[in-house]
Amino acid sequence: MELAKGTAEIQVGIADYKVAHSPHRLITLGLGSCVGVALYDSVAKVGGLLHIMLPDSTQFNNVTKPAKFADTGIPLMIDHIKRQGGNPNRLTAKLAGGAQMFSGLDEKFVLNIGQRNAQMVREILKKIGIRILAEELGGNRGRTMIFDTSNGQVTIRTIGSPLKVI
Amino acid sequence: MSEHRQLTETHLDVLKEIGNIGLGNAATALATMVNKRIDMAVPQSKFLSMDELMDIIGGLEEVVSCVSLRLEGDVPGQILFLFNIKSTFNLVDMLMGMEQGTTQELDEMGESVVKEIGNVLTGSFLSAIGTMTGLNLIPTVPMFATDMLGAVLSTSLVAGGYVEENILMIETLLFEDQEQIKGHFFLITEQDSLKTLFSSLGLTL
Repeated sequence: MELAKGTAEIQVGIADYKVAHSPHRLITLGLGSCVGVALYDSVAKVGGLLHIMLPDSTQFNNVTKPAKFADTGIPLMIDHIKRQGGNPNRLTAKLAGGAQMFSGLDEKFVLNIGQRNAQMVREILKKIGIRILAEELGGNRGRTMIFDTSNGQVTIRTIGSPLKVI
Repeated sequence: MSEHRQLTETHLDVLKEIGNIGLGNAATALATMVNKRIDMAVPQSKFLSMDELMDIIGGLEEVVSCVSLRLEGDVPGQILFLFNIKSTFNLVDMLMGMEQGTTQELDEMGESVVKEIGNVLTGSFLSAIGTMTGLNLIPTVPMFATDMLGAVLSTSLVAGGYVEENILMIETLLFEDQEQIKGHFFLITEQDSLKTLFSSLGLTL
């Protein structure tokens, strides 16, 4: 998880995060029930993009990838942004994902993980005191999230819909 | 799930064979349904991370349809069938007796056709394994999604509780001669399920 280099889009995998300075763009593909968290310091023009899968790491005994969970991933990324010259007090957030992808009757199985992810991310950001500027959460479509660290804009790509900038 | 590491080559070969027998039966069922010859590749049985799994199938933004269901009974686990979107449309056309290329998007009818295919494939897979092992394998109602691969697959695995770094799975490719149908099948298992499965075949774990 080094500071990403190069000018092209920097890809953020599932259960991972990357931090970059302007003018780099961070991209994470195919968010379903997962939630993408973009944090941005508009003065230092540095930001991070996190792709979490689950809300709560305390439910698991053996956490090898803290970026997989909302509760551990967000503080981890904030710390990294700080080390890269960002001021935690200036950070703002944009969120996407948390969809309910599957249609079916097996509710026990589905247990709307997307909704729980979204809820947890909101709670944690509130606790830390980071304002959410925009969000594209819920629904039943997968989303790709492209975060431009030169201006803080987040572009959302979905199948069968035009691009949306938040 | 690190205990999976105890598996030997023999165990993995047995899992492959299970894939072979189960999917062979499923491929025959699908061939009968669509009245085409359906082939299958030799199954693979291995540990994969979620990233590796995605790489096998295609890009994260590739549009796929996915039938996903949970296995209950003696061998809890999860079954996934994934078809790329073109194959999905072709399957619907074949099953509905329409000319190839008619279906361009999935309406409710198309969705239930794909779910039904998932049902038939799963049913024939499980009945072959059940006969072989004498175990009781119960599929749940299939769930369906069609969207970006990354979104569909990650959601499905998370919902099934498969969030570990390495997932043991049996993977098989189903395909039709002219490449009109190409699908992936995955059986994802758990440690306890494997023990039951192996002991039913006289192997210990």
